[in-house]
Amino acid sequence: MIKRPEPVQIVKRRRDALLGALVGGIPYIQYLGISFDRRGDELTAVLAYDEELIGNPMLPALHGGVTAAFLETTAVVTLSWATLWSDLEAGIIATNDPADITLPRMPKTIDITVDYLRSGLPRDAYARARITRSGRRYASVHVEGWQDNRDRPFAQAAGHFLMPPKDG
Amino acid sequence: MAMDPDQIARQFIEAIPHAQALGMEISLIERGVAEITMPYDPRFVGDPATGVIAGGAVSALLDTCCGAAVMCHPEAPIGTATIDLRIDYMRSATPGEPITTRAECYHITRSVAFVRASAFDTNRAHPVAAATGAFTVERQR
Repeated sequence: MIKRPEPVQIVKRRRDALLGALVGGIPYIQYLGISFDRRGDELTAVLAYDEELIGNPMLPALHGGVTAAFLETTAVVTLSWATLWSDLEAGIIATNDPADITLPRMPKTIDITVDYLRSGLPRDAYARARITRSGRRYASVHVEGWQDNRDRPFAQAAGHFLMPPKDG
Repeated sequence: MAMDPDQIARQFIEAIPHAQALGMEISLIERGVAEITMPYDPRFVGDPATGVIAGGAVSALLDTCCGAAVMCHPEAPIGTATIDLRIDYMRSATPGEPITTRAECYHITRSVAFVRASAFDTNRAHPVAAATGAFTVERQR
């Protein structure tokens, strides 16, 4: 007997609920105004422009610390999401109700190096992280941030993270 | 009389919208050394399970403090921007406590300033984070 695939909207709702629970639970993400677009398992972080994010009012340009925070947040959420995604797809997380989801501890940043390639313009910014290596304890992540033009990144970062212990 | 360079640097840093938004207060800014404190704020929490401040907020504080150290260097650049910044997180900051950073611009060339910084909570013996960075030096033409 062939198992019928689940209706697409149910699958989507389950995945979006999990992502929403992860992102919505972190105050600093809400404070900075970062949201995440999901296409399948791929996340794109979106930093909505706000005057409070300015570091040089003369230019004006985004604060270097905001850029660092944005890239680091993208890395941490992408890492945490990768674990959640595989648990969800494997049926280890079996709920459709975000209220029932107990989220794992967040990965901890060990170190991060941010390269500032050009000044951040006073408009929305986007970032994607690539997990270059993810082990049981440590992970290496590369992040790229851009604004109007995907081929002209305004910042990139490379970081190491300590993964939360798996239960049991 | 011309304004003291340290005073100019202080005004420059105090005018940064994001520094104001995070509640940063300058306690020292002179001769290439700066100290800035950020109060604990539940809005800046990065791990809801522990109440620990997000690494990103500490990064913003460290970046600002490094920039302040460059601005108050005796060579008095008229502006600066981060070229690169590396941050090591040694331990979680204690929830509820303010975070203080101290940065020193230890070398400056015609175009580049080299800075190192540390971040502490009330335990001054063990830093929460350390940073090293390179910054641009904008000079009067």
